[in-house]
Amino acid sequence: MSADPTQVLAFDTNCHLFDGCGFADVSPGLHSFMFQPLWGDGDSNVYFNKTMLLALLGSIIIVGFFWAAFRRPQVVPGKLQMVAEAGYDFIRRGVVYETIGKKEGEKYVPLVVSLFFFVWMLNLWSIIPLAQFPVTSIISYPLVLALIVYILWVSLTFKRHGFVGFWKNVTGYDKSLGAVLPLAMLIELFSNLLIRPFTHAVRLFANMFAGHTLLLLFTIASWYMLNGFGIAYAGVSFVMVIVMTAFELFIQALQAYVFVLLTCTYIQGALAEHH
Amino acid sequence: MSQLLIAASEGENPLVPPIPELVIGLLAFVIVFGFLAKKLLPNINKVLEQRREAIEGGIEKAEAAQTEAQSVLEQYKAQLAEARHEAARLRQEAQEQGATLIAEMRAEGQRQREEIVAAGHAQIEADRKAAASALRQDVGKLATELAGKLVGESLEDHARQSRVIDRFLEDLEEKAEAAR
Repeated sequence: MSADPTQVLAFDTNCHLFDGCGFADVSPGLHSFMFQPLWGDGDSNVYFNKTMLLALLGSIIIVGFFWAAFRRPQVVPGKLQMVAEAGYDFIRRGVVYETIGKKEGEKYVPLVVSLFFFVWMLNLWSIIPLAQFPVTSIISYPLVLALIVYILWVSLTFKRHGFVGFWKNVTGYDKSLGAVLPLAMLIELFSNLLIRPFTHAVRLFANMFAGHTLLLLFTIASWYMLNGFGIAYAGVSFVMVIVMTAFELFIQALQAYVFVLLTCTYIQGALAEHH
Repeated sequence: MSQLLIAASEGENPLVPPIPELVIGLLAFVIVFGFLAKKLLPNINKVLEQRREAIEGGIEKAEAAQTEAQSVLEQYKAQLAEARHEAARLRQEAQEQGATLIAEMRAEGQRQREEIVAAGHAQIEADRKAAASALRQDVGKLATELAGKLVGESLEDHARQSRVIDRFLEDLEEKAEAAR
């Protein structure tokens, strides 16, 4: 990780305001989202880095939490079980039942619950000390989740509506549109089949990417300006670090929620009668 | 900026997914999904169902208890009403009995009074008769004596004597009757 000089922690550099050192030399950028392999070779496709470690650790934490809470659940719940039940119930009732409905939605509850807690955990790494990197700001992670949802959506639509029904559903076929029907169908086709999985993944990725960049920016700036009367600016910047950390905490949960809400909306669209 | 340029020149694009991360991401998610979907969520669903049943059972029990309480209350109310009715009936009966008792006692008192009065009357009559009979004898004797003295002869003949006396007394009685 520390092979690249820009991968060191902000406080490890001696670059400060008024020292003739430019902020560009320390400012966050794309390089902040690239990690040297902890193991293996970065040039080949066989390596292990920090984001992978965090992703797997996140899995273990989620499974560990729910294992502790739900391994031997009681009818009269303990504290941990109550907390876990509240989270489970929130997704089950608040997201799945609300969008897909109780009867059809029950089957997808495990998937949606897993998605929500997985995404939330990966987002949460952003503000967990020492980790401090949102795993979902690497496009691979949101993309693989969006692809799972996309494949599920396509296969469900096929199963429910058959071959013709699938294309009607995907193109939003509606005779009443008249002359604009071909154009509408083309747009719908692109929107549903090509752009949707992309936006689904990028919405999460971009939010986390931007959030992490902001946090980095204010953190690095706080250190960079800590020189002479720049201390006053550094103070403001540091207050922003605190504020943005709190804001990120909110955004992380919100983006996880949005991700599963969209998942449910897509599943619901696949199950619904086409218009 | 130099690093940015390097990154760009290396063709690093944050929207191009690195393949190993895709694989690990999939693996990490499958771990979570596998545990949750196969073991932990079925676990909790079973318990949630049990809890729902327990709560419904509790509600049913409470309803049964309430129904029983209601029936017991009705029973008590009925008993209370019956008791009130009985009490009223008893009071009525007592009043009636009291009234007959008073009437009976009054009748008895009347009867006794009449008896006493009658006994008094009989006594008076008997006394009167005794007195009359005694008087008759005395008057007869006196009159005979007087007559004997007056006439100078003894009216020893008993038969005549009593005849004279009887006639005299009858006259006397007639006079008394007329006077009444």
